[in-house]
Amino acid sequence: MQLWMFVVLSLVKVIVVLVIFLTAVAYTVLLERKLVGRIQNRWGPSRVGPFGLLQPLVDGLKLFLKEDIIPSGVYRPLYLLAPLIALSCSLLSIAVIPFGAPMTWHGMRLFEISDLNIGLLILLSVTSIGVYGIALSGWSSNNKYSLLGSLRASAQMISYELALGLSLVGVVLRAGSLSLTDIVKVQAVHGIASWNILGGGQIIAFFVYLMAAYAETNRAPFDLPEAETELTGGYHTEYSSMKFAMFFMAEYGNMITVGCVATLLFLGGWTSPFGDLIPPPQNLVVQALAPLFWFVAKVFCFLFLYIWVRGTLPRFRYDQLMGFGWKFLLPVAMLNIVGTSLVLSLL
Amino acid sequence: MHLVLFLIFALFALAGAVNLLLQKHPINSALSLIVVMSSLAVLYLLLGAEFLAMAQIIVYAGAIMVLFTFVVMLLNEGREEKTWGSHTAKTLGFPAVAVLLAVLSATILRAGRHYGMISLSDGVTTTQELSRVLFHDLLLPFELTSVLILIAILGAVALARKDNGEA
Repeated sequence: MQLWMFVVLSLVKVIVVLVIFLTAVAYTVLLERKLVGRIQNRWGPSRVGPFGLLQPLVDGLKLFLKEDIIPSGVYRPLYLLAPLIALSCSLLSIAVIPFGAPMTWHGMRLFEISDLNIGLLILLSVTSIGVYGIALSGWSSNNKYSLLGSLRASAQMISYELALGLSLVGVVLRAGSLSLTDIVKVQAVHGIASWNILGGGQIIAFFVYLMAAYAETNRAPFDLPEAETELTGGYHTEYSSMKFAMFFMAEYGNMITVGCVATLLFLGGWTSPFGDLIPPPQNLVVQALAPLFWFVAKVFCFLFLYIWVRGTLPRFRYDQLMGFGWKFLLPVAMLNIVGTSLVLSLL
Repeated sequence: MHLVLFLIFALFALAGAVNLLLQKHPINSALSLIVVMSSLAVLYLLLGAEFLAMAQIIVYAGAIMVLFTFVVMLLNEGREEKTWGSHTAKTLGFPAVAVLLAVLSATILRAGRHYGMISLSDGVTTTQELSRVLFHDLLLPFELTSVLILIAILGAVALARKDNGEA
């Protein structure tokens, strides 16, 4: 294939994925407001458009039009850089995620921006760089609440990164590869029975991943970095208008990415839960769209769970958070690795 | 293609390193070091060492540099002070660095003749090949190194605890 065609196709893929991803981010916010509303026995946004469906549009417009205030005491270069780091890390990680079956057109993957044989490591490394956005925003704001929030966030993210990384080792052991496509292919054999969460025996790893992911994305019940009652807003206290929106988008983008990763690693990715019970469709369009449907459905379930947990669980205390991460999740993840490798070596 | 990328990121690495020395504020220096680490990761990737590249970002640019920035953020140290030592370092430092670089490059070039060189457009060394070397051919040194690191961690914890008594 010629170089120009590769460039053009890649650009088209990047733009399409970016637009869909950002729309998904906006509607995840709406989903959260709706669901938390129903959990708290109220309606949630319902005025703009049918069922409040146009609310994200209006919210975006509001954030664009708001006055952008830069406090005089901030350290400007880093204050401006921090939201950019946070958002770009959040957007970067979607690039390695395969959304659908590995179909090719002129040698290009259709449902994936790039298929890398170290996809999982890329995700982990982008997560570890994402800490800087939060750490720098808190420090450069020159505000004690921001600094405390960002210190909490970075300490929490570093601590839970370990448990998160170790919980994925069992999955990698089973697939024998770090490529996300390969990891899904291992789970594709017998439908739901061969997903990592059931047939793969990685259900403990799944729960470790789930809890570590809540902490990594600074979401309830581990949302101490932005605990309003103690820290006003946490690391983004001094940010307004689009800069605040960038942190906001980064948080929800990370939520979606985490959902995608959970789907790929534990829930069988784009494969259908019925396996061979339903014969594969003959129509090419259905063949392409059915995996996309399963993928989106699984990610949606994961996001629903995320919001459900936020609506029901109270916030942890900080020492409980650290103790839980280091003294419970980390040993459990290590035991899971030992157990998985023992079983795999015996099989 | 490889050469263009190599030039760009080598330039980034060098610019980051020079900026690290020139910056007066410690947090700017720390951030320049992150740029250096990340550019090095890209250079590893260009040489086909994909696992090493990612480990470089996860461990060095991610974990270790976060600790650096943490310390800078907590101490909130303002500007650097010039002492007698820094003048000596300047006069002795540049020749010392030049000598060190010369020795290092000579050693590496000589070792290259024994072990062979890799060029920019060579194939990728997969993680499987790397782990076969680490966990099969070099198993004993690898495990010994990990035990050594564990001892170092325990030692650091013990030293840090000494001042507080039964903290």
